[in-house]
Amino acid sequence: MSAGLVVSGVSVQLGGQPILSGIDMRAASGTMTGLIGPNGAGKSTLMRAILGLLPHGGSVTFDSSDLVTLPRRARAQFTAFVEQNSDTDARLTAREVVMLGRIPFQPVWQASPAPHDLSLAEAALTAVGMTAFTDRLYQTLSGGEQQRIQIARALAQQPRLLLLDEPTNHLDVHAQLATLDLLRQRAHAGATVLLALHDLNLAASFCDSLVVLHGGRVAAAGPPETVLTPALLRQVYGVDAAILRHPGTGRPLIAYGLPG
Amino acid sequence: MKRPTLAVLISSLLALLLASLVLAVTFGPADIAPSEVWQTIGYHLGLVAENPVGRLRDAIIWDLRLPRVLAAAAVGAGLALCGAVMQALTRNPLADPYLLGLSSGASLGAVAFLLAGAALLMPLGAFVGAAAAMGLTLLVTQLLGGATPTRAILAGISISALAAAATSFLIFWSATGDSYREILSWLMGSLSGVVWSEALLVLAALLLAGLPVLLSGRSLDAFAFGDTAAAALGVDVARLRWLLLGGTALLTGVLVSIGGAIGFVGLIVPHVARLVTGSRHRVLLPVAMLLGASFMVWTDTAARSLFEPRELPVGIITALLGAPIFLLVLLRYRRIT
Repeated sequence: MSAGLVVSGVSVQLGGQPILSGIDMRAASGTMTGLIGPNGAGKSTLMRAILGLLPHGGSVTFDSSDLVTLPRRARAQFTAFVEQNSDTDARLTAREVVMLGRIPFQPVWQASPAPHDLSLAEAALTAVGMTAFTDRLYQTLSGGEQQRIQIARALAQQPRLLLLDEPTNHLDVHAQLATLDLLRQRAHAGATVLLALHDLNLAASFCDSLVVLHGGRVAAAGPPETVLTPALLRQVYGVDAAILRHPGTGRPLIAYGLPG
Repeated sequence: MKRPTLAVLISSLLALLLASLVLAVTFGPADIAPSEVWQTIGYHLGLVAENPVGRLRDAIIWDLRLPRVLAAAAVGAGLALCGAVMQALTRNPLADPYLLGLSSGASLGAVAFLLAGAALLMPLGAFVGAAAAMGLTLLVTQLLGGATPTRAILAGISISALAAAATSFLIFWSATGDSYREILSWLMGSLSGVVWSEALLVLAALLLAGLPVLLSGRSLDAFAFGDTAAAALGVDVARLRWLLLGGTALLTGVLVSIGGAIGFVGLIVPHVARLVTGSRHRVLLPVAMLLGASFMVWTDTAARSLFEPRELPVGIITALLGAPIFLLVLLRYRRIT
């Protein structure tokens, strides 16, 4: 089966240092995959490599098309990326930021947004619950609101492959759950969603499968129930953990402690 | 916040520019009416068989004032465009051809070619000088530890000072009397004595280098959140950067070879335009160009009429207006490092 994202043997070196070595992973269409691992494990680097934003070895395909050789613009018409930090000096309103997501679809000479683009932006703003903020300047929004606008921007690209680096950063608990729920809906509607997460409990309760990165290699991959084991958490994070079951969902629930 | 639509903005600015061009031609020692300007333009475009305004006035309008006013508009539009693009490209609100050393580099190149007896190749010399200065400024910025606005400006100032010193030395070495004063006035920025061929050269450069730059508005918008974000939106970041740096160096070179180093226009006009348009470059770039054109037409008209019959280098006026606005921009971006 070749539907979805297939990463084989991806390696990245930065300044002579290997950051990723021989990464193999898959993310099937219609699923949400969590990328977890300690700081410096290579999560952000892997996302950039997948999107062809930095030079790498190995191959990356999506729905059988080779993401490495595809022209950038064609690639940007079905992939979208939300970075960990997005700030700007530009004076743009929330709607204008969301409209950036339509850039890969617009001809160079088009100066005024087309109605189709505007309605997609509107729909994306509605999806993230930010319609009340459309005409506010981006800088005047809180960190969490900015994050949701960035997600709306990515949704406006109508991506079949959506990558997000720590999308729940800066968000309060309710907004974290709402954001992950929204992304899971997108995934279950057919998109392939790959997101880096720090919070293992959120990853366990929302993701269909997990890929654990450790020192630039894949340490484990699969459904949360099989991936999240006390042994793995000790090996990768250096923590003692008990894996419980969520009383409502039956998903893994982790109680941590420092060893000793 | 609500913004005016593009069509409304562009058409009102075009009307302003057209009115400015015609009105500016009427200013000067000989009294000219706007209708005479229209008649003369119509006559030279072959729309009317005979010019009712008479030979002398026809010459004043067509040979003396029109090329200069048109050149001023093109120089203003070009400087504003270069400034807006450099501010976007370097994500630096203080960037403009003057502060990043391009203008001084272009001056050095132009003066070197002029004194070497190759006056016709001055635009080429100016382009080489501008490109070299831009390369050096970028290099020094990197040596200082990477691009921040302050580092870029410091690098630009040092390159600018070096180029200015070299220019002064060249002039001291080889220029004499009249040519000395002429070069000096041009160095301060002056459109005095612009003829048709020069006006057409600036207009051609604006069309040639300006059009691709103008069409890059969409890609520049993608830069709002940095290089990675732009690349993820399908922009070939490296190619765009070279295209735009090359285009602005070329344009600056031609502008400086005609009008000298006119400061602050490229800095302040985009900031004023941004107050109306926001940062969407697809709107900002054409608006800044039109605004810059009208601004330059009026400052140049002031330069040649305020102290008649003596002529003030227009660079002095733009600096007098621009430096305080530059300070305001600095204060607004206090957190810049």
